[in-house]
Amino acid sequence: MNIGFTKRTLANGLDVLLHEDHTCPIVAVNLWYHVGSKNERPGHTGFAHLFEHLMFEGSQHYDRGYFHPLQGAGASLNGSTNADRTNYWEVVPSGALELALWMESDRMGFLLPALTEAKFNNQRDVVLNERRQNYENRPYGLASMAMLAALFAPDHPYHWTTIGEIADLEAVRLDEVHAFFQRYYHPANASIALAGDIDPDAALALVSAYFEEIPAGPRVEPVRVAAALDGEQRLWLDDRVELPRLYISWLTPAMFATEDAELDLIADLLANGKTSRLYRRLVFDERIATDVSASQNSREIGGFLQLAATAAPGHALAELERVMLDEIARLTAEGPTSQEIDRGRVQAESQFMFRLQTVGGFGGKSDQLNAYNVFMGDPAYFDRDLARYNGATAASVRQAAETYLQPSRRVTLSVVPRGRIELAIPDSISAKVS
Amino acid sequence: MIVNRSQLPEARRGRPFVFPVIEKSRLPNGLHVWTVRHAAVPVVTSILLVRRGSASDPPGKEGLAAITLDMLDEGSGGRSAIEMHEALARLGAQFDNDIGSDGSALSVTTLSRFAGQGLAIVAAMAARPSLADADFARVRQLRLHRLTQLRDIPGAVADRAFVRLLYGDHPYGHTPMGSEPSLAGMTVDDVRAFHANEMTPSIATLITVGDCEHEEIRRLAGDAFGGWHGAAQDLAACDETPAAAARLHVVPRPGAPQSELRIGQVSAARHTEDYHALVAANMVLGGQFVSRINLNLREDKGLTYGARTAFDFRRMRGPFSLQVSVQTAGTARAIAESLDEIAAIRGPRPITEAELALGVAALTRGYARSFETPEQIARAAMQIALYDLPDDYFAQYVPRVEAVTAAEATAAAARHLDPSRLVTLVVGDLDAIGPDLERLGLGQPIVLSATTF
Repeated sequence: MNIGFTKRTLANGLDVLLHEDHTCPIVAVNLWYHVGSKNERPGHTGFAHLFEHLMFEGSQHYDRGYFHPLQGAGASLNGSTNADRTNYWEVVPSGALELALWMESDRMGFLLPALTEAKFNNQRDVVLNERRQNYENRPYGLASMAMLAALFAPDHPYHWTTIGEIADLEAVRLDEVHAFFQRYYHPANASIALAGDIDPDAALALVSAYFEEIPAGPRVEPVRVAAALDGEQRLWLDDRVELPRLYISWLTPAMFATEDAELDLIADLLANGKTSRLYRRLVFDERIATDVSASQNSREIGGFLQLAATAAPGHALAELERVMLDEIARLTAEGPTSQEIDRGRVQAESQFMFRLQTVGGFGGKSDQLNAYNVFMGDPAYFDRDLARYNGATAASVRQAAETYLQPSRRVTLSVVPRGRIELAIPDSISAKVS
Repeated sequence: MIVNRSQLPEARRGRPFVFPVIEKSRLPNGLHVWTVRHAAVPVVTSILLVRRGSASDPPGKEGLAAITLDMLDEGSGGRSAIEMHEALARLGAQFDNDIGSDGSALSVTTLSRFAGQGLAIVAAMAARPSLADADFARVRQLRLHRLTQLRDIPGAVADRAFVRLLYGDHPYGHTPMGSEPSLAGMTVDDVRAFHANEMTPSIATLITVGDCEHEEIRRLAGDAFGGWHGAAQDLAACDETPAAAARLHVVPRPGAPQSELRIGQVSAARHTEDYHALVAANMVLGGQFVSRINLNLREDKGLTYGARTAFDFRRMRGPFSLQVSVQTAGTARAIAESLDEIAAIRGPRPITEAELALGVAALTRGYARSFETPEQIARAAMQIALYDLPDDYFAQYVPRVEAVTAAEATAAAARHLDPSRLVTLVVGDLDAIGPDLERLGLGQPIVLSATTF
């Protein structure tokens, strides 16, 4: 299993990845900038995500909204920002590839002359509304902010969320935005993948023509900050919710680091599907929770494994916590069953294959090639990535649980209905959200 | 090659996309078996569609179709719910169920080598579910808890209240979840009866897409679905116009930083002759990023993260609705602007040739990307099965949308949108927005409680 590709690096440092697939007469263009909220500084958060908005508002040679010409050509397009990277993508009919490259290259090379105060103010208002919609007005929506702020110290770049803090967004000035762009949005900090109905030589010639005139910007030094907790933390947050929910997170290794795959498998065997250990106990047998989930959130310079469960009416978060920690203890002592290991392998193989069904969009082959290229420096990492899951054993999974799922690496967050602080886990203190 | 930045390059028309052929047969018990070959990746998706959904809930038992569907994966034959899911997990399968007003579906996606086993599990669920009392009690309890949680989610509150306002007691007047009282009054016998009488092979279609042969799937289906029998009665026609609701309603959400809005009315059915014209008109009005309403509310005024309109075409006349979440202080302004846009597109500001061309191009030129994966193809075929569309429906789609003129799109909007019947619902901070709402000219807002629907 692999994605065939060719890779070329232009003189200005832009990585170009090409993958041929003629199943559908479409091409995915996927451009990663290796910049995310991790590259922001305290007091200046939300920049990378704000840029994702500004990049659709026009550039020097096409100073209007980017959606109009691309949608008119039959493209689907969007972008996304996380802590580690920003991506921009179009899926276009094959005949519109050049249009997509024209526009992507114009906003890489010529954005700032078109970036006015008016556009900036409008998109800041849109982002503040995005924040209201997805965080402030959504039940449990502020929990992720509280959890990140507790897991990572104020000077660690995972301390804040990509959407940014309100005060920072309101205070940001246009010249700061310009400086941020010049530092991070240039060929030497980017990788472009084309997947689909292309002739690789012709496609490379097009990419070269449009991008090679853009100068490389300053070298971006990797961000390296270690995360550590000062012992276990217990927090509460009140919100407009009817049922209390408990979040437990542990600091874990970074993406692709040793034992990251094991922790991914642990999250699955704990709470993925009705056969998982916590679903069976909390929801199916004891019926003290309405739902449970788990994920290993692996990021470029660190990760956290998070469990979340919502209390059924009449049950206390402390009951949920007891079962959740009990299952962690059992896993640490006994490790997974051989059945769970087998299941984890076939699920990994299936999930990897399912990801290859599309050329692009959110996910798909173009995004996968870029992920491996940007984070591992090797678009061919697919097989080695899968091998991490196939190589996991009962012993290595048990060891990962023992090493990482310890009280000293843990934050417990109770989200309770407004004013019902007594429903939080005992000895919790108020969480910080900004 | 010389790059010319003085103008955008013309997009060349790509090679046309041909929708794959659906091979069809029918089993002796009435089950339709459809397959589509799509061998790009070794993945197979099977969807079992039953043409009964929440519109078939008996009055007073709203939520019955959905809980019946939810009970199907709770065990079959000698296998418990847990064992059933263990079997799916061992295949690495992705399993789902979903329900709308007109249909219910079970779907399973696996690697090709597990396709037969995945299909057999879905067949066991549909044809021979255990429907045990103890499982029913647990599943119902979880759904009641879910209803409690939905009261916290502004969008969910709005959706539930809005269909009720538009449709009243009509079969489309509730969401598939049902309500606390209807679920509380339900028994496992209701579920068994619904399964036996409504979820029958006579109105079901198995759609399998991937690296597979029709004859092989037909043989597997014959074995797996063999013991499934029954023929549901034909659906009654029920197209009376529901009672008109007042114009403006509010569900209070004290302190909310945004207002969740729904604006709409009962509009067109799936079989309307205006289908393609309405799809095109909607692109101009609110169906894409560059639509009038999104550009107005988001890109011009910055009041929202995004606004969308849609005609929800169903067997009977479905709802047209605008969905948007706006900052609290901008609520009345967003409502006024939206109502103006809907009224304007019917004639005062008719759809221009340029707007239509953009909407049509967006619908047609990128059409191929909707058929990339087995699951996408299976879901597309499901629309054909659900609404008895012709076999060449997808082949005809692009030419039919391209044939729509700007005048036809405007006329279709005028026929199916009636500003005097538009109902507006706000889930938001009533204390903050009440005085502004009263000045909209839509009458005194009617205050609803989130617990009454």
